[in-house]
Amino acid sequence: MRSTKSTPTLDAASIIKDAQKELQSSSRRLFGKRILTLGGLALLSGCDLTNEKSVNHLLRTVSSFNDGAQGLLFDPRKLAPTYPDSMITRPFPFNAFYDIDQVPDVDGATYRLELKGLVKGKRVWTLGELSALPQCSQVTRHICIEGWSAIGKWGGVRFSDFLSRSGADTTAKYVALHCADDYWTSIDMPTALHPQTQLTLTYDGNVLPAKYGFPMKLRMPTKLGYKNPKHIVAITVTNEFPGGYWENQGYNWFGGS
Amino acid sequence: MKSTTIHPVWVRVFHWINAVAVILMCMSGWQVYEASPIFSAIRFPASVTLGGWLGGALLWHFAIMWILAVNLGTYLALSICTGRLRRTLFPLTLRALITDLVAALRGKLGHSDLSQYNAVQKLAYLVVIVDIVLLILSGLTIWKPVQFPVLRMLMGGFDNARVVHFAAMSVLVGFFVIHVAMVALVPRSLLTMIRGR
Repeated sequence: MRSTKSTPTLDAASIIKDAQKELQSSSRRLFGKRILTLGGLALLSGCDLTNEKSVNHLLRTVSSFNDGAQGLLFDPRKLAPTYPDSMITRPFPFNAFYDIDQVPDVDGATYRLELKGLVKGKRVWTLGELSALPQCSQVTRHICIEGWSAIGKWGGVRFSDFLSRSGADTTAKYVALHCADDYWTSIDMPTALHPQTQLTLTYDGNVLPAKYGFPMKLRMPTKLGYKNPKHIVAITVTNEFPGGYWENQGYNWFGGS
Repeated sequence: MKSTTIHPVWVRVFHWINAVAVILMCMSGWQVYEASPIFSAIRFPASVTLGGWLGGALLWHFAIMWILAVNLGTYLALSICTGRLRRTLFPLTLRALITDLVAALRGKLGHSDLSQYNAVQKLAYLVVIVDIVLLILSGLTIWKPVQFPVLRMLMGGFDNARVVHFAAMSVLVGFFVIHVAMVALVPRSLLTMIRGR
């Protein structure tokens, strides 16, 4: 300890002088050049980093961690803002993983909503039975993962009401939603029970048009668009993680506010 | 030895983690932006983006965000508690700022003592710290508009939070360009940020 104290203190000027001597001007320039090249390479290779299997695995692990963090952050009493009818986006954009001419054509007369998994009560519902349940409506903002948003007006049954009427086990972890267009997604139970989560049957006062999800979609203003599935034909209440169409490709599973 | 250290080790660690995090956040953020550009005239070529597609970019963005936020939070706590923030970035007067800015533009601003920031530097570092905080807050608003109603209101709603996020990113990129140019003019400053003296 004592010996280090007795060494003469170096001052900045002498160190810089030494460094400058060591790095002669030509080698200094080369050093600078190399640093720039290295930086450039690191940036360029960044584009390919995602293709790296281990990197992708790590990113997916963080995404699962984020699911947990978002679940903790989610306050089921916090409501998404609602808007006056005058603020509805017209026309409301159509969006799917296919073009509008490929929208599934579901027959309302033969339509049956099937409940699977941890459900003790009524497991098959017709469109008429769903329409006979108490209805409510909301004007809320639909936010797409792409960044754009649009305000729309949806009407239907409060999903928590529907789940309790069906005798669904609301202590289960997940609700999976299967669609007529082979799309599927799943949500956490707290979101399923959120007061603004709606089993939707109408859009802007009219029967839900095919392009917006006839005969039934799940509307959740607390979730991004890809978590708001259209043309739902089956619902599974489960404790096994169901994943989803986009989620399995990399979109965050929680996917909401 | 201690008296000659310009940047203590925790400042240097913060600086380089922040530099990497900020670059990765910008590159992945640009890829996310491309999914639905706010300004049709402003686009980002694939060569400068990270993630390959929207989903991949978001995986990066939502992973690096933790590093950016925790790193900045630790830095702010340490630099406020140790008094370093106050000591190095204050006082900052308008008069000193004008004097130093004029001197800088005439190429007559000295850099003989790298431990003392001139007024233009102080302003730039303060702006970039506040700017990153704004980036985090506007990003939080875009991510969780329902959970943070006060932030949503302050940002002027969801759509506007995206504009704030974009504007703050632009300020950050502007800082980055000037910062790197200044380091190229005074290469010794790079050395001090690596070895501390």
